[in-house]
Amino acid sequence: MLRRQQMAEQEPKERITNFNEVALGFTEEQAIEEAKRCLQCKKPKCVDGCPVEVKIPDFIKHVANGDFDSAIKEIKSINALPAVCGRVCPQETQCEKSCVLGKKGAAVSIGKLERFVADYERSKGMEVHSIPDFTGRKVAIVGSGPAGLTAAADLARMQYSVTIFEALHDAGGVLTYGIPEFRLPKEIVKAEVDYVKKLGVTILLNSVVGKIETVDELFSRFDAVFLGTGAGLPVFLNIDGENLNGVYSANEFLTRVNLMKSYRFPEYDTLIKKGKRVVVIGGGNVAMDSARCALRLGADQVTIVYRRSEEEMPARAEEIEHAKEEGIIFRLLTNPVRIIGDGKNWVTHIECINMHLCEPDESGRCRPVPTPGTEHKIEADVVIIAVGTSPNPLVPRTTKGLDITKHGTIIAEEDGATTRRGVFAGGDAVTGSATVISAMGAGKKAARAIDEYLKGK
Amino acid sequence: MSFKILKKEELVPTIYRMDIRAPRIARKAQPGQFVMLRINEKGERVPLTIADFDREKGTITIVFQAIGKTTMHLSSLDENDDIQDFIGPLGNPAHIPKDETVILVGGGVGVAPVFPQARTFAEAGNKVISIIGARSANLLIWEKRMREVSDELYITTDDGTKGHHGFVTDIVKNILESGTKVDRVVAIGPPVMMRAVAGVTRPFNVKTIVSLNSIMVDGTGMCGACRVLVGNETKFACVDGPEFDGHFVDFTLLMNRLAMYQPEEKIAVEKYKCERQGCLC
Ligand SMILES: Cc1cc2nc3c(=O)[nH]c(=O)nc-3n(C[C@H](O)[C@H](O)[C@H](O)COP(=O)(O)OP(=O)(O)OC[C@H]3O[C@@H](n4cnc5c(N)ncnc54)[C@H](O)[C@@H]3O)c2cc1C
Ligand SMILES: Cc1cc2nc3c(=O)[nH]c(=O)nc-3n(C[C@H](O)[C@H](O)[C@H](O)COP(=O)(O)OP(=O)(O)OC[C@H]3O[C@@H](n4cnc5c(N)ncnc54)[C@H](O)[C@@H]3O)c2cc1C
Ligand code: SF4
Ligand code: SF4
Ligand code: FES
Repeated sequence: MLRRQQMAEQEPKERITNFNEVALGFTEEQAIEEAKRCLQCKKPKCVDGCPVEVKIPDFIKHVANGDFDSAIKEIKSINALPAVCGRVCPQETQCEKSCVLGKKGAAVSIGKLERFVADYERSKGMEVHSIPDFTGRKVAIVGSGPAGLTAAADLARMQYSVTIFEALHDAGGVLTYGIPEFRLPKEIVKAEVDYVKKLGVTILLNSVVGKIETVDELFSRFDAVFLGTGAGLPVFLNIDGENLNGVYSANEFLTRVNLMKSYRFPEYDTLIKKGKRVVVIGGGNVAMDSARCALRLGADQVTIVYRRSEEEMPARAEEIEHAKEEGIIFRLLTNPVRIIGDGKNWVTHIECINMHLCEPDESGRCRPVPTPGTEHKIEADVVIIAVGTSPNPLVPRTTKGLDITKHGTIIAEEDGATTRRGVFAGGDAVTGSATVISAMGAGKKAARAIDEYLKGK
Repeated sequence: MSFKILKKEELVPTIYRMDIRAPRIARKAQPGQFVMLRINEKGERVPLTIADFDREKGTITIVFQAIGKTTMHLSSLDENDDIQDFIGPLGNPAHIPKDETVILVGGGVGVAPVFPQARTFAEAGNKVISIIGARSANLLIWEKRMREVSDELYITTDDGTKGHHGFVTDIVKNILESGTKVDRVVAIGPPVMMRAVAGVTRPFNVKTIVSLNSIMVDGTGMCGACRVLVGNETKFACVDGPEFDGHFVDFTLLMNRLAMYQPEEKIAVEKYKCERQGCLC
């Protein structure tokens, strides 16, 4: 059996001094070798594992034949953002988890192949073959994250005239403000956004729906509205000391670093506290990204504090692996109790308690319980809280008849239809924090539902 | 899309007024709301109160004090220059009372955001008593505008060069002690001033609204940088405010958090001056 190809990466020692991409991509030879490992299963299990059902064996076959143009066409007929998905999908729990080769040895590197093909296309310049004729029907999309971009691209292809309203000064949602450059270069996000624009989609930046215009007002110009507003509201722990200087929500920390490029201060104006001893609370991708950014800003020591064990960590396996290689300390089964200051309002320590796992809770994960008497302090001049986010209430609060759950998520049917006629929703705004590919899947479904809704009107 | 500076005026040394072309925001703006702007690609996002708006001309007026890198850079721009990003209207509109007697207090550059409220309050039939203060007479802004919309106008200067020699709080206290029935006080200015006003009105039990100027990044409730404690509850100034009941605001926390980036702010200003005026370092 052929061996799984290893992708070249920047050495840990070197990469922690820069924000350049860590994984460097396959060479053509490597991609072809890796593609040849695929057994071209008659009933490909891998496809069932992909939330948008990319025709995996079909595109891989083209790669094995060295026909990268056909490969990208195949992927793009289903997935509009392959350069992104190839980099950030949790493949080990999705497509690659289901690959038959994984049962005995190593699964086919589906994500890395997807990335390779998308990078190949971008290097020659992405083309839009035909700009669709618009039917005259108009759809407004709120939010330019993966859900909004995907819905927009699909609706444009169905000949609707589409306008995206984005609150921030750059498009891309979490891809732009959250996920760091070293994991997803912004140039790639920009290329994907440009591609959507080339399909004829208009993007209005700096436009906070609910403020500059409400959804109700959008209906004077648009026939349907899609809400892809994400889950951007930071959750705090509600423990003592959380408002001390030096304590950040992960959203603030990552927005300053990624969207505002404060890692390039003073060339860029936005400020960031560069901690020497940084503690990050949480165990997801957001925590890994925060920790690795803090390290690259020059911290001597970065510690991740997570209340469960490594098995329960929701972060992608590759990110945990990379974080470890880079020297980030993991304090597992540890929970913060309070944050301690120096009396002048600056953080100096965080007090934690050890946890142990009991029987699984309703989420199926083992419930962590504090072990009395194990309180201890960790030194910290910057603390980053990455324990989750919930949807921003701005749009629901200003939209008549749009119902939300008690967690703040928008109530929507499987196809995205909300409780308000003509308003559809999808992505993190409906599910709470999830994944890029699931948000894209929701955008796709909603585009189809909007098409049916408008045809029936 | 960019946003053109249609008019620029230096009101007094270091305080500038600009009218920015932003028709979509002007259509929606209400007193009490603010905008965030980013001058160019490398700029930071800073919040500024909407000091006036003209729906017909499609303009938003901002008034700002050049105290740091961004506001200094902004003050160096001229009419017809563009600002890259201009986002709003953000925050909640001010509550407009009816048939009340209201004291409006503006300190320093804070006089500007008080103005549209004073005008709207007057139009809604309230009795408007305005108190505007500055360090010195030559730093006092918008006296004429404020006079036009106020039933009574008091002026204070720290050094006594105009009006009452002392602080705005002295006048607030005098009015309340004189027995005038006051339904509401609105105070906008430096945090120390707002804290002092809230302190004076507390024993009289007069509702006191303040507008909090915490550090902000996005201005849409996404980052939590602007968090403040009000009645021991964490609130985000950008979406829950910027106006809050001054009697419940933790001003010490607000001031501590405003000082968070002082060393970095200094570096930014020095670098800016170096580039502008030739390096002396
Ligand atoms: C740091 C971080 C790392 C992550 N890493 C991964 C990963 O490796 N793999 C993975 O699969 N997933 C990852 N995720 C999760 C993934 O990014 C999200 O699930 C996904 O981006 C959700 O897409 P969305 O389109 O629903 O929303 P978002 O990407 O959140 O986009 C929502 C957009 O809507 C805009 N918006 C909100 N309200 C308004 C309004 N009122 N008016 C106008 N615009 C508005 C926002 O500004 C934003 O641009 C990560 C998330 C974070 C935060
Ligand atoms: C909702 C809101 C509305 C605002 N409206 C206005 C406005 O209409 N006009 C205006 O001039 N400013 C206003 N501000 C404050 C303004 O945003 C800041 O002054 C601005 O960010 C300064 O940026 P800078 O880079 O020039 O200075 P920085 O380098 O960020 O600041 C320089 C120093 O000044 C201190 N400082 C900043 N603001 C104040 C303040 N208001 N009072 C006392 N000290 C302060 C800072 O702590 C810092 O030490 C508002 C703030 C908020 C949150
Ligand atoms: S989109 Fe994601 S899950 Fe689907 S095949 Fe590509 S990498 Fe795998
Ligand atoms: S399951 Fe694995 S081997 Fe089979 S088609 Fe999919 S990628 Fe190829
Ligand atoms: S400025 Fe980010 S939440 Fe208020």
